[in-house]
Amino acid sequence: MLVKKDMQELDFSALKQDFPILTQQNRNKPLVYLDSASSAQKPRQVIEAMSHFYLQDYANIHRGIYELSELATDLYENTRQVIKNLIHAPKADEIIFVSGTTEGINLVANSFGRANWQAEDEVIISHMEHHSNIVPWLLLQKEIGIKVKVIPITDEGAMDLNVYPTLFTPRTKLVALNHASNILGTINPIKEMIAIAHAHNVPVLIDGAQAVPHMPVDVQDLDCDFYVFSGHKLYGPTGTGVLYGKKHLLEAMPPYQSGGGMIETVSFEEVTFAKVPQKFEAGTPNIAGVIGLGAAAAYVQSQGIENIFRHEQALLQYAEEKLLQIPGLRLIGTAKPKLGVLSFVMDHLHPHDIGTVLDHEGIAIRAGHHCAMPLMERFNVPATLRASLGLYNHQQDIDVLVEAIYLAKRFLG
Amino acid sequence: MSLRELYQEMIVDHGRQPRNFGKLQNANHCQTGHNPLCGDKLILYVIVHNGIVEDLRFEGMGCAISVASASLMTEVVKGKSVNEIEELFSRFHFLVTEGKEPTVILGKLAAFSGVAEFPVRVKCATLAWHTLKAALLNEIKTVSTE
Repeated sequence: MLVKKDMQELDFSALKQDFPILTQQNRNKPLVYLDSASSAQKPRQVIEAMSHFYLQDYANIHRGIYELSELATDLYENTRQVIKNLIHAPKADEIIFVSGTTEGINLVANSFGRANWQAEDEVIISHMEHHSNIVPWLLLQKEIGIKVKVIPITDEGAMDLNVYPTLFTPRTKLVALNHASNILGTINPIKEMIAIAHAHNVPVLIDGAQAVPHMPVDVQDLDCDFYVFSGHKLYGPTGTGVLYGKKHLLEAMPPYQSGGGMIETVSFEEVTFAKVPQKFEAGTPNIAGVIGLGAAAAYVQSQGIENIFRHEQALLQYAEEKLLQIPGLRLIGTAKPKLGVLSFVMDHLHPHDIGTVLDHEGIAIRAGHHCAMPLMERFNVPATLRASLGLYNHQQDIDVLVEAIYLAKRFLG
Repeated sequence: MSLRELYQEMIVDHGRQPRNFGKLQNANHCQTGHNPLCGDKLILYVIVHNGIVEDLRFEGMGCAISVASASLMTEVVKGKSVNEIEELFSRFHFLVTEGKEPTVILGKLAAFSGVAEFPVRVKCATLAWHTLKAALLNEIKTVSTE
């Protein structure tokens, strides 16, 4: 039984040692990494789990009748258990490994969507979705003629819950929403929104890419039908991700890709498919990546997701106070509750010029449209700067950021 | 590499107060340039007669590098022939990608020599030039079909 680390402070000196990359320099200045919403750095535990696997335990899974293959299979399948526990899924076989959030959403669109929808059927998304939760639906709009309806958002950056219930019609087939926005940071009231959808007998897909690394997620409590997230934002390796789906939905869905590993029997006349989750994991999967993902999820759990959430909330509050003291700075996304994502623009200064000055000061920060062009248009900005927090950030990082913004103002202003 | 080498006074000045900014009446070429990844947009108005760029102005929004580049470009190319401009662009492109001035002196455009140290900013420095090239390509086509 793991000792619960709730109500504890994160141990920073230990944390920093877990992330060797953070002791490096960026442009000859100590690296200040504030881009975890884009991709998080990896702790030693993840890197070592993967290299250990390649050095000592490597074999294909679900195939060999030799010891190494059994070991590899156990390590791979163990991640399913770890992820099940992380997001409180009822069963481990409801966890499907994909390459990331993008593939997870594409899987649902192309399997669940194509099998069940016709022209004039409707999908509801919101104005604050990442392109990965917009474009798959637009492709189906183009190809089979579904309609995509968009929940508007308020000036603060919250879902417009007055409009949302009015979007349902008898043709509504799915609601697809982000749990937390990658630009605004807004934590959306998805539990309530899922309940509303279910009252209309409409299933809900949640894009949890931003949420899972930073806050507790319980898919049973939410009662979502699909939940998708990426490994690389969860301090895990790139090319890994998870699709959780309710078992009866997954069982009814046709395969998304086909090949080895996902079949039961094959003759030239007939194919029967393997059971969930193997049905959706065709081909030799990203074995080392999935093992790394398991190590990442275990790492987050060992720190305590509640502790991480509380730590990042305190840091967010500190950062907001500091940033708002800077004349001419405007935060985009002020709705509460929100995660540690700080998008901002400066009067008369372009985000890319500021981004270059910050880079020069050792600060890694995103400048651009963050894969959400409709949202940029909504707030009438071509781009923003975005500082996003991870469990390894602390007040000093924010102080360096604020100093560098003042420098940019002097330098470019 | 200091920041001042990238953001030379000339660039900050033209970025803040671009020259030849605004619409141009009687323009016989109008070309839009767009950098979707940055959100930079530029509309170029050009008057070309007998293969000579007689006048040009621009509108748009973007970072200091892209606005300054457009502004300085309008100053430098005015009165030049289409061929001279093409030659100038290839030298400018060499400058912002290689960081060294080619044999021929680029004058004010040399202010962009620091860009080469920041590869992600090359597209900012060249947006106006690509747009002008597209506008003039149009001219060459028109000329060649007549």
